[in-house]
Amino acid sequence: MPQHDVLVIGAGLAGQRAALAAAEAGASVGIISKVHPVRSHSNAAQGGINAALNPEDSWESHAYDTVKGSDYLGDQHAIEIMCREAPDELLHLEHLGVTFHRDETGHLGTRAFGGASAARTYYVADITGQAILHVLYEQLMKHEEVERYEEWFTTALVRDEGGRIAGAVTRNIRDSSMELFSARSVILASGGNGQIYNPTTNALICTGDGIAMAYRVGAPLMDMEMVQYHPTTLAGLGLLITEGARGEGAHLYNAKGERFMEKYAPNKMELASRDVVSRAEQTEIDEGRGFDDGTVALDITVVPRKRINEALREIVNVGRDFAGVDITQEPIHIKPGNHYVMGGVKTDTDGLTDVPGLYAAGEVACISVHGGNRLGANSLLDTLIFGRRSGEHAANASQGAPMAKPSRAALADEQRMVEDIAARDGGGRRVSEVKAELGAVMDKHVAVFRDEAGLAEALEVVGRLKEEAKSVAIDDRGTVFNQDLLGAIELGFMLENAEAIVIGAIERKESRGAQYRTDFPERNDEEWLRHVTVTAEDGEPKVGYSEVTLTQWEPEERKY
Amino acid sequence: MPDYTLKVRRFDPDSGEAAYWQEFGVGLDPERSVLDGILQVKDDQDGSLAIRCSCRAAICGSCGVRINGKSALACNTRISDAAARSPGGGSIVVEPMGNMPVLKDLVVDMDAVHWKKVQRVVPWLLPEGDPPEREYIVPAEAMIDVTQSMACIHCGVCVSACLSLEVDPEFIGPAALAKAYRFVGDPRDGQTEERLKDLAEDPHGIYDCTHCFACIEVCPKDVAPMSQIMRLRRRATGDYEIKDSNNGYGHEKGFTDIIEKWGTLHEAQLLPRSFGDGSMIKGQTEPGAVKQLVESLPTAARGLKAGKISPRKALLHPKLPDQKQVRRIFKTIESKEERLELNLYIVGELGEAEVEPEPDEEASPS
Repeated sequence: MPQHDVLVIGAGLAGQRAALAAAEAGASVGIISKVHPVRSHSNAAQGGINAALNPEDSWESHAYDTVKGSDYLGDQHAIEIMCREAPDELLHLEHLGVTFHRDETGHLGTRAFGGASAARTYYVADITGQAILHVLYEQLMKHEEVERYEEWFTTALVRDEGGRIAGAVTRNIRDSSMELFSARSVILASGGNGQIYNPTTNALICTGDGIAMAYRVGAPLMDMEMVQYHPTTLAGLGLLITEGARGEGAHLYNAKGERFMEKYAPNKMELASRDVVSRAEQTEIDEGRGFDDGTVALDITVVPRKRINEALREIVNVGRDFAGVDITQEPIHIKPGNHYVMGGVKTDTDGLTDVPGLYAAGEVACISVHGGNRLGANSLLDTLIFGRRSGEHAANASQGAPMAKPSRAALADEQRMVEDIAARDGGGRRVSEVKAELGAVMDKHVAVFRDEAGLAEALEVVGRLKEEAKSVAIDDRGTVFNQDLLGAIELGFMLENAEAIVIGAIERKESRGAQYRTDFPERNDEEWLRHVTVTAEDGEPKVGYSEVTLTQWEPEERKY
Repeated sequence: MPDYTLKVRRFDPDSGEAAYWQEFGVGLDPERSVLDGILQVKDDQDGSLAIRCSCRAAICGSCGVRINGKSALACNTRISDAAARSPGGGSIVVEPMGNMPVLKDLVVDMDAVHWKKVQRVVPWLLPEGDPPEREYIVPAEAMIDVTQSMACIHCGVCVSACLSLEVDPEFIGPAALAKAYRFVGDPRDGQTEERLKDLAEDPHGIYDCTHCFACIEVCPKDVAPMSQIMRLRRRATGDYEIKDSNNGYGHEKGFTDIIEKWGTLHEAQLLPRSFGDGSMIKGQTEPGAVKQLVESLPTAARGLKAGKISPRKALLHPKLPDQKQVRRIFKTIESKEERLELNLYIVGELGEAEVEPEPDEEASPS
């Protein structure tokens, strides 16, 4: 049985940062990932990372922008921590070797981003997430004392008799052996759940595994209804066009050639926060001013060619390879698409969840620093700040703590679960069918605009799919890279996520951030300036509430 | 929706059987990818078909395969293009990547080859001394320059296509050497010379690349690994005059000296000059060089016998008629204060205005 002080599940930015911080604090660390770490979805964060590093800028300004962006649902003490610690974290990354863009004096240079009152986004062309991810992986290769379990799939978290976290059960994808890991602390860093929507900018691996596993061991999920639709995704495939494009000056037009953001956000225009821009686009499309393919146009040709080459190369490739469009020559058709979940496993500012010994950091977590709407370039920051804080806290907590005692029964349970799937007679629906139906219903009813009737229908469909998922058929009985079997397990995780999202959206009877209820179109601070939680009690979801922490910013009307 | 046929190389390690071919029909819009085709097979026909994949957007680097024999990412190869290039216009042939052992179907063991090689190049920054209080102050161009190497997604497609690796599995290889340039080109790194010496001295290092361009052709991210290897060589020779025991330095110096003098390659002189750090005299007098020259005599003899070398041509190599133009190129380049290193992040796809030759340099008498 592999034993560690700190076991990290997920090896994107939050997980790698947590592992490195915990190792530096003296803990023995294991890091598990169902894909090789550099395949993690942090790669896809193109635009940059926010930090108030310039002397003219201030962390208070960054924090205020974040609070306003969150539509006042973000917890202000957590946001203060994130914004105050951002400059040091950025410099730490720079010292490790991230190749951040420089200005002509050789100092770190910035670009503008949505919802921000200063240009405080630091970047590496439009591969910022990839560059940071690869540099952290360089550090993992250097620090060989951190044990890496690459291509291991975690199926369940394990508690001891007292309810404290004690480890996890994991399957080695290369040979299908199941292993019980013992750990004094477990840090979930397994990312978001975009795959429950179709289309989505999220990778195929983003199936909400950690959110579901935490939920199953009793950790409350918070603000799950807050699902971000990114304003610029390709129609059909849902691939992402970075907000950096608008940061560099690109414009949005409807089919009539109108720069429609003038109507919705006359000051910030295309750089209003994402929920605002996505709603504006969807309104244009719904009211018949979009193109025939249900899109509006993003015009990057206004950005000088030289600048596109050095700062937006990745989306030149995306446009060419996936839309057949040369973005330096012509506008590209885009629409709002599923991108990010602000909600997740409820944690405190050290990443600790309500389950003793269990931490969560990054997209899997809800601290909450993003509230109802995340600002662009705050997600990388969130993963790094709270990844580090979780790693440090978990390492310190494990000092002197007794060795964890996970029950071997947990391993037997998971082995039986896997055997049951493999033993099915093939009479059930295919995993892909269930997933397709889920993706469609979520994108139809739990998207930019929502209402009671649509949400009720979504809940009903999700409930039925949960039943059907129990008997989905698989073709593969093999022991090496049996992706079919893992797909069936992931489907179960996805449906837990979907149910919590729909329940949260039904519960919150107001419009705030990403949650826009056409039947409750106003923000209602009296009743709903609070978090919505969903907790599993006897296997059934139970709704609860949690107060929003305000420090120095009283809720105001939100205008861009 | 048009129909396509995928002919997939299958391998099931549990079965004890050899690899085999299996054909699948798929219906997809022509602009969709080969990966979309494979996913459709997995979804609708056979969930046991294994391929690593995640982002669908050529960012995560998971889905490297060979399509009609050419290494590529399945996600950014259009299925209609693949069909058009398929042998005889028939099935699209999909195989696992080359130069790496196959684990199952289209999944190869990248740890055993690619990641081992990456680990070989000491893939982390080694700055000199403690970090500054704020950021390191470095030229903007230097960061843009190494960004081309940073753009590598470690998909292994170049490793799969590398011809040198096929001959010498110990070759550090295109991806890992591109990664090495990311540190050598980074002004914050304090071990530039040590890194270059290491990579030049290693018989499987920078001089093991044969200049075949295969990695540049297949790289889905325009990293141009071979260009990064050539940069490592230019730094090793031009900036540090690292004279390695593999004669990489001498060979390159001999080669360029000959071109400067004659305009085309004077093969009879290349060998002695290579062994003599570029010098004819040294190549024929230095004991070590003489030994190596003698060792190469059988090869020369075989060349004579096969008619590949003619004694007349070997001794009397004519200069190009417009050799002056070649010299001018040398002069123009060498008169620059700094070596000009260009990449896609600086000039873009078409190589725009900045690198177009000035009109008076365009003179070409043909």
